[in-house]
Amino acid sequence: MKLKKGIPLIDQHDQHGFWGGKFGGSFIPETLKKPVEDLTNEFKKLRKDKKFLKKRDFYFKNYIGNPTSFVKLNNLTNHLGGAQIWAKVVSEANGGAHKIYNATVHALICKAMGKKYIVGDTGAGYAGKMLSMAAKKFGLKCKIFMGAKDIKRQKPNCDAMRKNGAEIVPVYSGSQTLVDAVSECMRYWVSNCDNTHMCVGSTVGPNIFVKICGWSTAQISRELKVQLKLEFKKIPNKIKLINCVGGGSSAYGFWSEFVDYNRKQIELIGVEAGGPKKSKLHAAPLSRNAKIGILHGAASYLCQNSEGQINDTESISAGLDYPGVSPIHCFLKDTRRARYTYATDEDALNAHVMVTKYENLNPSLEPSHAFAEAIKIAPKLSKDTIIIVNSCGDAKKDRDILRERLGKR
Amino acid sequence: MASLLSQAFQNAKNENRPALLTYTVAGDNTKKKSLEILKSISNYADICELGFPHNTPIADGGQIQTSAYRAIKNGIKINDVFSITNDFKKLKKTKPIILMGYYNMIFQYNENKFLDKCKKVKVDGLIVVDLPYPENKKFAAKCKKRGVNFIQLVSPTTSSVRLKKIIKDSHDMVYYISMLSTTGGKLKVSPKKILEKYSKIKNHNKSKNVVIGFGITEKTIKSLKKADGLVVGSAICKEISNSIKKRQNPVTNVTNIVKRLKNKIK
Repeated sequence: MKLKKGIPLIDQHDQHGFWGGKFGGSFIPETLKKPVEDLTNEFKKLRKDKKFLKKRDFYFKNYIGNPTSFVKLNNLTNHLGGAQIWAKVVSEANGGAHKIYNATVHALICKAMGKKYIVGDTGAGYAGKMLSMAAKKFGLKCKIFMGAKDIKRQKPNCDAMRKNGAEIVPVYSGSQTLVDAVSECMRYWVSNCDNTHMCVGSTVGPNIFVKICGWSTAQISRELKVQLKLEFKKIPNKIKLINCVGGGSSAYGFWSEFVDYNRKQIELIGVEAGGPKKSKLHAAPLSRNAKIGILHGAASYLCQNSEGQINDTESISAGLDYPGVSPIHCFLKDTRRARYTYATDEDALNAHVMVTKYENLNPSLEPSHAFAEAIKIAPKLSKDTIIIVNSCGDAKKDRDILRERLGKR
Repeated sequence: MASLLSQAFQNAKNENRPALLTYTVAGDNTKKKSLEILKSISNYADICELGFPHNTPIADGGQIQTSAYRAIKNGIKINDVFSITNDFKKLKKTKPIILMGYYNMIFQYNENKFLDKCKKVKVDGLIVVDLPYPENKKFAAKCKKRGVNFIQLVSPTTSSVRLKKIIKDSHDMVYYISMLSTTGGKLKVSPKKILEKYSKIKNHNKSKNVVIGFGITEKTIKSLKKADGLVVGSAICKEISNSIKKRQNPVTNVTNIVKRLKNKIK
């Protein structure tokens, strides 16, 4: 299994849609073959269409608000006394998280395909909130599928979705979290694929959805590359790019421009959700060595039992609470280009507390997992090492959980 | 020699009616009960589909999901599904049985091991919901080698170019999904339209047995009588749920439904 240079990772799959010969693919019911094929052809066409690219860039700049800032966290760096810690503050994007890139692109594709309805899944509620925003912006009718448990724990984002005129469809099956929301969204698409476009909220699902999402979030690393050169005159020699990984959309976007670099120069570190300290459940298929399985149309490392039933997962962070992971991250793991680890709920909470104490930054529980790893390794590293954390979400949505776990703040 | 599946279709044809295919979930609501149900309804059904339940069934509606979750909760394992099939086949040697499910379970069991086991317990056919053509070509060939029918699915969204290829690659039976829906949806397309598409499929190769499934209930079954076979699943699973709720014997209730369905297409 080998990475190719000079070709975006999203395009390094074989004719059946597999990365590294075994991750990804399109394990879909016959009914979805045609809509997936149509979408694949449309995307192939649009990504080469200058007008479409202009439109995308226009909305990325004027609607999402590019570029998001790249800042040094001086106080945190001084406190930890090792590597320099920087943040790419993607949470500045319109809506407060990276999910807006994928949502905007899907809404534009939906429009281009002449469909009036758009549906999507959501865990933390950001994918749903952003899709509802984009739908409103582009005049599409929007339905969001969300686990009943997540609706309860991510209320601020639900309020936003409703305000944007989207219908939230609560999902009561299974563990009532993201995995069930994605299943139910796919079922809805099976039944309505003639007039409805589906947006998968991360770099997961059938091959084409992995590609579209990765293509959208790649904006993050395009900006970062420019910002690095501005700040340091060149790409520094020792960089560590740390990102949380649930489905893996923000991590892919954060890394895509840097995959071709030597890993000694730019190390890619993915941090999964380890779940509560003493719990056996987790959402960390890469770092806890899960076996390959098929979920939601793609093969990936997957939290499952020996029979192939999908395991319940548990994490304080709804956005990372997913048993599978992007096939692209499986590929990066097996080619050893990226390293994956996990942070527990407690680690993430502690990191959130520390970052908010020292910096004027309010990372949500998802990037707090990435900060936990940064905090852990920074003191052991030299001062010329540049750690960059993708602060990909804002903690406003976590208001209730933080209040409950940390007391009144 | 013709497969048991082909024979079952021929028998129905001889009686001038479509074959009746039932779908139940292995282990719903217990391993023992599901075998009893299978034995009892096979007196009226021509072909029995037996689902091996998965906890993330992306193409199934509420009724079959409920059955699947119930069976998993009651501890059903893939080896139990094989042993149910084995026990059933000992009693009903000529009754065809089709296993149906999602690919991950086969993948975890190991493709070859799974198919060897199918052959051993005399499974007649296999439907894998999320392994479409052409990705299923290799797997279908493996099935054929072991005398197991791999059943291709065709849906209203299947293009005619694709249809031609699928039919060419199919074995004795082709499953037509009546409408854009998960299982158990309300029939939202007119029987006339469904039968038009059915004829198109049939015209590609008259020797293939084409069955129609999704949205078929006691109310709708008669209108689709022209097909080679008709599949009823969710309506049966729903009856099991209702029987449990009312504390009645699901075996009797489900058998009665299947009996009535059969009478409607005679």
